[in-house]
Amino acid sequence: MSSTTPGRGVSRRSFLALSAALLAGALRPLRVWAREWDQVAFDARNVNDALKSAGIVNPTPSTDIVIKAPEIAENGAQVPVDILSKLPGTDIVYIFVDKNPQPFVGSFDFMNGAEPFISTRIKMGETSNLRVVVRAGGRHHMATREIKVTIGGCGT
Amino acid sequence: MAEPIRMRVKLEGDVADVRVLIGHPMETGLRKDPKSGELVPLHFIKSVTATLNGKPVLAAQWSQAVSRNPYMQFRIKGAKANDEIGIEWVDNRGDSNRASAKVPAAG
Amino acid sequence: MATATVRAPRFRPLADGSPRAWQRLALAAGALALTGLCAAASSTPEQDRQRLVEFFAGRFPGVALEDYVYGAMIASADARAQYEQIMEFPPFLNDIEAGKKIWGTPFRNGKRFADCFPDGGRNVAGDYPRYDDALGRVVTFEGALNLCRQTNGEPPFAYGERQPMGVLIAYARTLSDGMRMNVKVDTPAARARYAAGKDLYFRRIGQLNASCAGCHVHNAGNTMRMEIISPALGHATHWPIFRGGEELMTFQGRFKRCMEQMRAAPYGYDSEEWNNLEYFLSYLSNGIPLKASVMRK
Repeated sequence: MSSTTPGRGVSRRSFLALSAALLAGALRPLRVWAREWDQVAFDARNVNDALKSAGIVNPTPSTDIVIKAPEIAENGAQVPVDILSKLPGTDIVYIFVDKNPQPFVGSFDFMNGAEPFISTRIKMGETSNLRVVVRAGGRHHMATREIKVTIGGCGT
Repeated sequence: MAEPIRMRVKLEGDVADVRVLIGHPMETGLRKDPKSGELVPLHFIKSVTATLNGKPVLAAQWSQAVSRNPYMQFRIKGAKANDEIGIEWVDNRGDSNRASAKVPAAG
Repeated sequence: MATATVRAPRFRPLADGSPRAWQRLALAAGALALTGLCAAASSTPEQDRQRLVEFFAGRFPGVALEDYVYGAMIASADARAQYEQIMEFPPFLNDIEAGKKIWGTPFRNGKRFADCFPDGGRNVAGDYPRYDDALGRVVTFEGALNLCRQTNGEPPFAYGERQPMGVLIAYARTLSDGMRMNVKVDTPAARARYAAGKDLYFRRIGQLNASCAGCHVHNAGNTMRMEIISPALGHATHWPIFRGGEELMTFQGRFKRCMEQMRAAPYGYDSEEWNNLEYFLSYLSNGIPLKASVMRK
């Protein structure tokens, strides 16, 4: 039997499966505070499904989400992105790449003093919007940035 | 035998700036091995957690779209010299690795 | 480091990859031959180098000589910013570390690579390639590493392979980071090899009848097939590269790729042709500080 946490779209079954795997592995005491694994969101093949499955509904566009990313990615395999949320009460940052085969790239939960800032490197298959959603004060906010990805003739 | 986790920690006032480079192939399952012509199976880190003196500060869920030999930089307010930053990851095969580093004196 | 304000050359598509476009390039290369930038057999290597530096100073005003280590990125602040972000903590550190291990592993006779070079192999890469009188040929840095192995009773590493030679130089060349390229062309025999390399560089080759110089001298900074063409100046200074942060490529590995793209049958690794070409190109980059194991797109 499976039940879903309201607005999250994650099945209890997959959560338990992951928890069992993790308990068998290394993260024993830490899992008590982690959110359930967003498997359904990760599996989604279009960004609207991914957003919905991640429990993101009607995110408000925000200029308080600062994205630093290239205009034209030198290589789609290693695209550096920096995200800073100036929204008070930010506790989660979600990253999507609209045109990736699976748009949901990852989420970052901040707690116990971690600042709502993350810098990482992601894969992009083609020119696409980078879509950042922030949960702050229980509400969702969003900003996007187009990143061009080319495969040049001499690059191959 | 997991590849190394490299950590660089700086203290700026009371904020620890942490940069992490994790050795991991982060295979998407869509890449063909150039020698065999076979698809290299999906193999990627699913979750990364960071702690400060054992207390969780960051919990990340990743897909295979995070780059190979993944990089992450984050900041923790309220840190001081000699605090311990821990990093741990688990991948889709159930493999894991962990590392830790001390916060140096403010520089 | 200083970031020069670059007035980026106006990018216009030079060629769309069609054969007609390549013919235009070939004509440009021919025109170039007449400008005196290259042709005269009587010009010395130093005259060639100075003419090239002046040519590029006109093309990329405000770019300091040492910035030519950044290649095509001198023409794109966006590309340069990504490079800096990646290079601050590059994804290929494991490869460099693998190379460090090979560098430090003793041969069966107990000697190590470091014993074959002055100062333990620090600040030596800029002296290569060099013309070896005794061997009667140009020796590259990789060639010197293999000579070291052979002198110590070990079989040579294959060129053009990621392991072990690629990762070895990914580490070993970093010991010369910051060293200014310092290639010598001092004797008639050495000059003959330099001239052979130069001749290949300006020669139209392959099915597209294009020359290296046609792109990398005359059209550096312009766009072709959505790529900014990198200048010849500085080309020899930044190897090996990690394309996309992942694919290790050596300088001669790049010759191979380029010749294939020019639809010319490539020469081989450590061939006379490529060693002479590397010799010529390295001389042209004299004075530019080296940087090994870098990110490229």
